Amino acid sequence: MSNAAGHNGDGTESGLQAQFRLRHPGTHASSFTLDVDLTLPGQGITAIFGQSGSGKTTLLRCVAGLERPEQGRLTVNGETWQDKGLFLPTHRRPLAYVFQESSLFPHLTAQGNLDYATARCHAACSKALYDQVIALMGIEGILHRHPAQLSGGERQRVSIARALLIQPRLLLMDEPLASLDFARKQEILPYLEKLKSTFDLPILYVSHSLDEVARLADQLVLLEQGRTVAQGAAAELFSRIDLPWPSGNEFGVVWQGEVVERNEQWHLARLVCQGSELWVRDAGEALGQKVRVRILARDVSLALACHEDSSILNRLPVTVEDIAPDRDHAMALVRLRAGSNHVIARITYRSIDHLQLLPGKQLWAQIKSVAIVR
Amino acid sequence: MISEADLAAIWLTLKLATTVTILLLLIGTPIAWWLARTRSWWKGPVGAVVALPLVLPPTVLGFYLLVAMGPNGFVGELTQSLGLGTLPFTFWGLVVGSLFYSLPFVVQPIQNAMEALGQRPLEVAATLRAGPWDRFFTVVLPLSRPGFVTAAVLGFAHTVGEFGVVLMIGGNIPGETGVVSVQIYDHVEALEYAQAHVLAGGMLAFSFLVLLGLYGFQRKHPARGLRW
Repeated sequence: MSNAAGHNGDGTESGLQAQFRLRHPGTHASSFTLDVDLTLPGQGITAIFGQSGSGKTTLLRCVAGLERPEQGRLTVNGETWQDKGLFLPTHRRPLAYVFQESSLFPHLTAQGNLDYATARCHAACSKALYDQVIALMGIEGILHRHPAQLSGGERQRVSIARALLIQPRLLLMDEPLASLDFARKQEILPYLEKLKSTFDLPILYVSHSLDEVARLADQLVLLEQGRTVAQGAAAELFSRIDLPWPSGNEFGVVWQGEVVERNEQWHLARLVCQGSELWVRDAGEALGQKVRVRILARDVSLALACHEDSSILNRLPVTVEDIAPDRDHAMALVRLRAGSNHVIARITYRSIDHLQLLPGKQLWAQIKSVAIVR
Repeated sequence: MISEADLAAIWLTLKLATTVTILLLLIGTPIAWWLARTRSWWKGPVGAVVALPLVLPPTVLGFYLLVAMGPNGFVGELTQSLGLGTLPFTFWGLVVGSLFYSLPFVVQPIQNAMEALGQRPLEVAATLRAGPWDRFFTVVLPLSRPGFVTAAVLGFAHTVGEFGVVLMIGGNIPGETGVVSVQIYDHVEALEYAQAHVLAGGMLAFSFLVLLGLYGFQRKHPARGLRW
């Protein structure tokens, strides 16, 4: 599949350009229209985020060729998969797809499911790659079992292994964790992170969980009612309060940092994130290790003075940039500048009035908890 | 206790049912696949034609087949021009009649099994580079296996139990068209109740055991039965 149908190898076309317009007549009261125009880099994890019904899965299915939009153009790393008069069927597209629920063939064992992929992969599957994938997903011991004998998490790991063994040039994942309970999610997430760091493979990852997106995504596409609201670097979008984030407790900024000190006495680690310092619980990261931390808006409170007398470990001098309403009428999102980073606080309008917050005002952000997400 | 003629009838019946079942699995599978997948306007009419033998008196079916396959019928003219003679009152005439007669019993279980598969396994296979034929043979057929088992059992049993169509187009030629059901009828006509009992009892036991086995199978592989 090296020279499918496109301008290959001219270098300027790397990444994914997609433009789809698709109308679903809709069985419900309203019909649904997907209308997107995306340009995405050809590497890393791009999360497609939105509420259910926003068209995330439909978009992914269009990329896979499982839906046929009325209008569409799709170029992936220089190869045209769809254009006027051209529609590459799914089985001719060098992609892999991990479905939301287990999609293993029930009549084959886990091994049989993997073999289904290796038998159809255009490149030969080396023993090394095979062993690497099996080890990465930790499924050595369960290959002889049928899908019905596997747990939900095991099934999804086999599905991901199967997707990798087809040696795709683009991996599509449709909420691969959505059908799993919390414990199973925690079981799989590290595998996804390892997958990202091990394979140089662009991934489109559909999710409606900010938690997953914050952990995994490099880029983010925000969909609402079939339209793109924003696209860009994940960390950048997470520091915007003008986007239609879901209301509630999950929203927060993501910072990149580096471990510069480990305090053995208190089991804490000091991070430097582009000039701002944070203390976090020491989870065993090595000195110098790059980490990604997440500061939830609900964990940030604001004070006019620096309270040395509080239990809160991380206090940062900040400047108010802007204020936007939350979906909850009592609450507002306040975006603050801290050095070269942003931090967002979710506080009540009453507090905004009380502290007389206006853009430009300087005060202290007290951060109750910081989570290392990777 | 069982006469030579009865044994010949039993043998002929098994031969007919086996031939018809094999042919119907070959013919019925593409029909079932088309019916399961199509969104065409033709799905309704074609499905109705396939199901007709469920409601038509076998004599009606037999009558039309007799006319069509007779010397002046369009099938008869075709077979004569091919040098095959005419089909009524031959084994192959019975086969053709039985193909129509048992068609819904084979098509519908397979169609139901294929419809129950849904779109997902096929989409999964497509994302694993399987083309349409590959998907059909490696995903659709194995996953529809319970439907094929039901189809084969019902097709076989229903052909064994055929009477009206045989009477219309087959008559009772020993070793050629004299199947068990007709043999029983002849025994009763001749007031040979003892022989009729043996064959009738055998049919009863056979049919009961077949259905018992089938229902046991369907309990293990549910939702793949006929659609009534």
